[in-house]
Amino acid sequence: MIPLSWYLYLSAALFAIGLYGVLARKNAIAILLGIELMLNAANINLVAFWRYTDPAQMAGQVFAIIVFAVAAAEVAVGLSLVISIYRARKTVIADELDLMKW
Amino acid sequence: MTITDFSVILPVTLLTAWASILLLAELFLPRAQRPFLALLAALGLALTLGISLAQSAQEFAPGFGGMVVRDGFSNFLNVLFLLTGLFGVALSYRYNQRAQIERGEYYPLLLFSVAGMMLMGQAADLIVVFLALELLSFPLYILSAFAYPRPQSEEAGLKYFLLGAFASGFVVYGIALTFGASGSTDLARIVASVAAGSANLPLLTAGAGLLLVGFGFKVAAVPFHMWTPDVYQGAPTSVTAFMAAGAKTAGFAALLRVFGAAFPALAADLSPLMAILAAVTMLFGNLIAVAQTDMKRMLAYSSIAQAGYLLMAFAPFEIEAARTMAVAGALFYLLAYTLASFGSWGVVIALEKDLDRHLSIGDFAGLARRSPWLAAAMTVFMLSLTGLPPTLGLVGKIYLFRAVIEGGMVWLAVIGALTSVVSAFYYLRIVVNMFMREGEPAVEREWWLEFAIGAAAVVTVVVSLWPFPLFEWAEWAVMKLF
Amino acid sequence: MSLELILFFVLAIIAIATALGMLLSRSAVYSALYLVVNFVSVAIFYLLLDAPFIALSQIAVYAGAIMVLFLFVIMLIGLETLGGELNWRQLVWPLAMGILLLVQGVFLVIQRVGRDVYIGQTGTQLSDPSLMARVLFTDYLLPFQVTAVLLLVAMIGAIVLSKREKSNQEA
Repeated sequence: MIPLSWYLYLSAALFAIGLYGVLARKNAIAILLGIELMLNAANINLVAFWRYTDPAQMAGQVFAIIVFAVAAAEVAVGLSLVISIYRARKTVIADELDLMKW
Repeated sequence: MTITDFSVILPVTLLTAWASILLLAELFLPRAQRPFLALLAALGLALTLGISLAQSAQEFAPGFGGMVVRDGFSNFLNVLFLLTGLFGVALSYRYNQRAQIERGEYYPLLLFSVAGMMLMGQAADLIVVFLALELLSFPLYILSAFAYPRPQSEEAGLKYFLLGAFASGFVVYGIALTFGASGSTDLARIVASVAAGSANLPLLTAGAGLLLVGFGFKVAAVPFHMWTPDVYQGAPTSVTAFMAAGAKTAGFAALLRVFGAAFPALAADLSPLMAILAAVTMLFGNLIAVAQTDMKRMLAYSSIAQAGYLLMAFAPFEIEAARTMAVAGALFYLLAYTLASFGSWGVVIALEKDLDRHLSIGDFAGLARRSPWLAAAMTVFMLSLTGLPPTLGLVGKIYLFRAVIEGGMVWLAVIGALTSVVSAFYYLRIVVNMFMREGEPAVEREWWLEFAIGAAAVVTVVVSLWPFPLFEWAEWAVMKLF
Repeated sequence: MSLELILFFVLAIIAIATALGMLLSRSAVYSALYLVVNFVSVAIFYLLLDAPFIALSQIAVYAGAIMVLFLFVIMLIGLETLGGELNWRQLVWPLAMGILLLVQGVFLVIQRVGRDVYIGQTGTQLSDPSLMARVLFTDYLLPFQVTAVLLLVAMIGAIVLSKREKSNQEA
């Protein structure tokens, strides 16, 4: 079987790429895509931990499913905010919204 | 599922159901009767408050297989959150009419958010913590953007959403690592596995660190605060008032529950980190606040600084005796902060006649002559936020500082005291403006608003004169936590 | 190297490459499409981990619903000016990745279907979705219900934020 740590490295790599995407991109939709990648990386962790520690305990899988649902809800709210701004401003570039003054 | 399971989450369930009914009621109410919804929302909150108080005498009880608990801690917070909700409704009532954001979904969303906060106080499993965090945040994202097509409001909504979603990414990853390290998401089982030595400590520390980042965003601790000024300024003021008190308290509720109960084993690793975080937050928030001229931005930086004082409660976690006192002090301070924060935002609402113009500190000039009671109340809130007598803020700060000193971190208490002196500069500048300068401020007279402001001010002063019952309640609340 | 290892590496390379593609692509549509491929490759990881239910949800919810919503919004607000026609050379890599993922997915499904993985003495059959359902409606009933409320709130939010024209007329 593949060692657990390989899954963890993979998920950490994806999380880092998503994180970089959130910090580096300026477009609100691109930022949201980065966030989705981060959530997905966390899910790989959850399922891998579930499989390798105690598969009779379903917590990992259940949480992964819940993260799916929450991510879907999050995207619905986020994209309607994006559309709402776009209608008024014709832009969703975060910088033009004066957003992300780090 | 048994009756106890449902009785444990009865307040949350009732509020959620009430919000759903409110959503339907809005359909059948004619447009002219919209204000009635505020009354219904307040009724629901009051009813839930009654049930929470009735339950407060009952013993510790877990529910849904340990997913949630009812204990002193959750009772204290439930009462606080419901008061937050009531204040929120009182402040929104007329403001929303003025701002023309009186949409029927406003109050149901507010109630859902309060339900999320209450669930956060009761959560005993990281899965529930995550869901409660999202349940309290989603309505706030929507409410922040509620004043569309006003561009600042839409921007505030999107900004708050993007950073909130970003933070929830950290929270999920942190929970995943914690789950991997201890084999469970249940707080009690995490504690047990740490005690038994079966947990993977480096992994657990990493998970706790990521959780800290996620919640750091929610409570607006430096360096995760950058969204605060823009969101607080852009969101409708009634929403900001609710958010400044409620979201922060809920964030601290999660931090206290998770770090207070589940990670004592990590205290050696985390408490220096927490102390530094608190110090940086106090310094940064207060110093930037001094430079602000816009009232809302000033209050936003002030709320960042207040998060710093609350974070002090996590610093002395290594010492058993100081721990209880620190957490009780934090609960007490949260109450003081909620009152003062709501009060000062209420005064901002009262002065905000022209909604398109940003209220500056100079606009407070002459308020004492124009409306002496409002000026007096504002003075009380400013004194409380600074930590001067005769207010609850002072009592709260004394308790927190004492816990920190007992925890052996005198330097942190010194920073806290020094930054409080700095904060006096910008808080008292408003008092000076109100009493010493001439001006013609435009004041809105609204019965509910004035009642809320008055109540907050009276409680802040009166309870500070005899704070012992309240402090006993706070201490009792945290007794079962460790 | 065993077959599983080869599978893992191919998948990992695709996952990382598509994530980087999402990051580096200047165009929002391409970013989103890269992410779709990434999500599909993650779904096949879940097959590898004996979690077929999660794998299918991943494809249905993430790669399907969520990403389609993204693409829909990107197209709707016309963020994108797609340049010119596609030529064959541009299609080589996507096609290669797609075929690889498809082959791996089909292979894993054929290999694992009917193969019961039992764990310890509990006799838990890992890939059985009814196990998941039972847990969701007993131990995790509360989170399940809270998720439902959360979806309701999101729905209200999406409606409130987008029904603007009508509410403006009324007001």
